[in-house]
Amino acid sequence: MSLYQLQKFLYDLNRDTRVQEEYRDDLNGLLSRYDLTDEEHAAIAQGNVGLIYVLGANGQLLMHYAAFLGLPWPEYIQAMRNGVATYGPVRAGVYAMRTRMDEKVAGV
Amino acid sequence: MSLVFAGVCSHAPGITGRAAMAPPELREPLYAAFRGMREKLLAARPDALVIVAAEHFANFFMNNMPSFAIGMADAYEGPIEDPDWLRIARTQVPGNAGLSRALIQEVMQTVDVAFAEEWSFDHGIMVPLHFLTPKYDLPVIPVNINCQGPPLTPLHRAWAFGEALRRAADKVPARIALVGTGGISHWPATPDSGKINEAWDRALLERWARNDKAGLLSYTDEETYRDAGQGGFEIRTFISVAAAARGAGQIEHYSPIPIFAVGCTVATMQIAL
Repeated sequence: MSLYQLQKFLYDLNRDTRVQEEYRDDLNGLLSRYDLTDEEHAAIAQGNVGLIYVLGANGQLLMHYAAFLGLPWPEYIQAMRNGVATYGPVRAGVYAMRTRMDEKVAGV
Repeated sequence: MSLVFAGVCSHAPGITGRAAMAPPELREPLYAAFRGMREKLLAARPDALVIVAAEHFANFFMNNMPSFAIGMADAYEGPIEDPDWLRIARTQVPGNAGLSRALIQEVMQTVDVAFAEEWSFDHGIMVPLHFLTPKYDLPVIPVNINCQGPPLTPLHRAWAFGEALRRAADKVPARIALVGTGGISHWPATPDSGKINEAWDRALLERWARNDKAGLLSYTDEETYRDAGQGGFEIRTFISVAAAARGAGQIEHYSPIPIFAVGCTVATMQIAL
């Protein structure tokens, strides 16, 4: 259930400018509306794209969160690799990493 | 009137958003193919463009995910993404609520479909429109097939949906163009972004061009995920167009472009009786 809540948060943030304002003004208040695990809460609080990726968030949601955080494309891709290196393989969903850690298929 | 045009194309956000990162010798032939598709589309003199896309949580989420949805508004907005990220300015796109309603009512005779009077376009629709109707002067009717949140729409239902769309298009007085958008094999929004299974793509496109129903419906989601990534689930949009058009397909362009994260495809299909 909790991964669902994590993804619901990303969905809301990606599409609603009022949620984006709340993210900037009162992140803890915003996150209190979602039933997150401590790990998920910390990942969002830290803007830890790599951990959110490993937790299994759908990539189409995470991609726009990374853009919202201002990560350029190469840094976003690398953040996911770093997440796998630090926290292990993706735990859920259909966005698992298949390439080697040093394999940059698109040059980034 | 009838269905007057059918085709499919890629919609990857990198096609516009990361254009500057792509080698021009790969990018420009793709853009030229999109222009060619636009010319064929306009030559068919459509009154409206039905665009079957695989959206990415712009409007629909796992709290209430329809297998199929059709927009029913007189206007839409897009892109929902950051315009600077997608490099497509936010704009209003005309719709046609009355025509949508007529199409939906006919589709519903055989396929249960959700309708939506609000719909924000994401890159799945905006990238193709950027090339096909850059002035946003052709009414658009957005359609979504769930290719994103498992359990996904079964392939044979995507075929049935395409058949229903054809029947509906042939019943309304308007001239209808139909474009399916999506990737073939790709692993977008992962560290594997840029990986492309060209052999798998070409085999799929061969089946599509032959309008080989049995071949197109023979893929399982497990095989597709293994061989074509989660992005491969979007073949549902190609399948629905084949079912609607019934004719032979012409692959106008196919080229793997890693920084665009997909085998970039532009194709048209004959409308058969």
